[in-house]
Amino acid sequence: MSKTLFDKIWDQHVVDTIKEGPQVLYIDKHLIHEVTSPQAFNELKERSIPIFRPNQIVATADHNTPTINQHLPIKDKLSKNQLEQLSKNCSDNNITLYELGHKYNGIVHVMAPELGITQPGMTMVCGDSHTSTHGAFGAIAFGIGTSQVAQVFASQCLLLKKPKSLRVTVNGKLKKGVLPKDVILYIISKLGTNSGTGYFCEYAGNVFENMSMEGRMTVCNMSIEMGARGGMIAPDETTFNYIKDRQFAPKGTDFDKKVAYWKTLPSDIDAVFDQEYIFDAEDIGPMVTYGTNPGMGIKITETIPKENNSSFKKSLEYMNFEAGSSLIDKQINYVFIGSCTNSRIEDFRVAANFIKGKQKAENVTAWLVPGSKQVEAQIIEEGLKEIFDNAGFELRQPGCSACLAMNDDKIPKGEYCVSTSNRNFEGRQGQGSRTILASPLVAAATAVEGKIIDITKQLN
Amino acid sequence: MEKFTKITSKAVPLAIENIDTDQIIPARFLKATDKKGFGDNVFRDWRFDKNGNTNTAFSLNNSLYSGSILIAGDNFGCGSSREHAAWALVGYGFKVIVSSFFADIFKGNALNNGLLPLQVSPSFLTILMDTIHKKPETEILVDLEKQIISIADTNLFETFEIDPYKKTCMINGYDDIDYLLSKKEMIEAFETQRK
Repeated sequence: MSKTLFDKIWDQHVVDTIKEGPQVLYIDKHLIHEVTSPQAFNELKERSIPIFRPNQIVATADHNTPTINQHLPIKDKLSKNQLEQLSKNCSDNNITLYELGHKYNGIVHVMAPELGITQPGMTMVCGDSHTSTHGAFGAIAFGIGTSQVAQVFASQCLLLKKPKSLRVTVNGKLKKGVLPKDVILYIISKLGTNSGTGYFCEYAGNVFENMSMEGRMTVCNMSIEMGARGGMIAPDETTFNYIKDRQFAPKGTDFDKKVAYWKTLPSDIDAVFDQEYIFDAEDIGPMVTYGTNPGMGIKITETIPKENNSSFKKSLEYMNFEAGSSLIDKQINYVFIGSCTNSRIEDFRVAANFIKGKQKAENVTAWLVPGSKQVEAQIIEEGLKEIFDNAGFELRQPGCSACLAMNDDKIPKGEYCVSTSNRNFEGRQGQGSRTILASPLVAAATAVEGKIIDITKQLN
Repeated sequence: MEKFTKITSKAVPLAIENIDTDQIIPARFLKATDKKGFGDNVFRDWRFDKNGNTNTAFSLNNSLYSGSILIAGDNFGCGSSREHAAWALVGYGFKVIVSSFFADIFKGNALNNGLLPLQVSPSFLTILMDTIHKKPETEILVDLEKQIISIADTNLFETFEIDPYKKTCMINGYDDIDYLLSKKEMIEAFETQRK
């Protein structure tokens, strides 16, 4: 029988099936961080259950870390305690940890792929909904709750019902200035925030085939924003070339063997999906969001739609926007380039390319936060930091930062922030903050102009 | 995990769609390393303003409404995977969340904490919301064994779906770890066979 990419990987990881119930799914890699793991460690400790496979777990500190002066002791007591607990839990249980200051430290979904930990055909989980990022490599990767973190600690398995399959196909040629972020924001704006719930999504079509690995990660990252627990893209030469020679990638003949296996993974030509959506690349433009969920997005050239629904109205009221209006020329005082969606080297290249020779607008506070120590080092090595410095921007140290504002990087009440992150929920970037999601290009342009501009005019 | 069979309770209406887990428990409260205390901050930024003043318009602060059942708008629990959202709702005293649709990860997290995510049809949700708004003292009955939700003193009811395995877990207070540990030999055999 024909199988999808998802079917092939899932079926190979099923340990057992409960009659009329869930399946026991084996997990190859378990990524953990400081916020969603402590209660799981406690749970096992209280029940005297050992960690079953510590060598299949990799930890990093990211959600709650400062993005300046990382060499100094952390001032916030609770944050400090959480990070210390992670270090202790990892050392007590022989788990590899890339803690603050380590050369491999970074946002969990930036760190694992760049080290070659993420590989096609794997099952991967993390107590973080953006674990879908790793699906860019043709892996089954999804976010889990802390009870499930404890389950994987105890057994390297999870009890799950196999989700339904969904395929989103985008074919054609993307217009100038349309980045992977715009593609996924466009898809979510068309499908809404819950059309993917209960499904695992495969992205197909030449738009994704032609995308870099980093672009694919941006797309898969936001799968959860349409409700899909995971997103994935078939592994191909782009994938293999990206993985080759990375720190934890298989080497020599092992690598060749793996590639031969990875080549068997793409969905069979006649594989059937439970749901399909098809979009035309030509229809996509640079995107911005105007509301309080990622599905509330428009092309930068469009106006905010009119909807007679109380939740919609509540959302616009929070954002202080009016239906029927345009976001162009809206003054913006905060810009954030970072997060597990857009904090990789290509994102900073895009930003630097636009910013070069220009100056940051005086009204704008801009935070450029690399996804990892390795990205930070590359930004410096490629001379991008100099471009940012000369233009009046501040390059900070790696972490999740203003994406969820757990640390001090908070947007003040009532202020708008054009952000390359993944969620524009109420208060997501700080109490009362108003988030406008966009690509690194739109964010960079906003920072230079001090307002939202029609980027398509500048490019043509 | 606490056992769950049936409850009869008044309900709190929250007629907002797409309630994300950032609203249920904002990120700044995720610094704790145990599961306790999150209930105090459930829906923090809707219940209180930045200066800590109570927002009396918000239904959880409205003395007319009480009970361990929350009736919420479509697509409840979307966004972040934080199980702290389930801990916060349980900590506040909720035992059942009724909605016409639940986000995937939240649903699993709720079930793993003895909190029943009860999905009803959009039309029954409207009936529930209207009933509670008009008559806040109305009691709602939830029977997990029979998989029925009904409105007291009326003949209005609906059956609901739940995974049979999860139903057994809820009724008996079992969690998945117990089950998975019982499969250890099978898991080890699976590992050996894959090598």
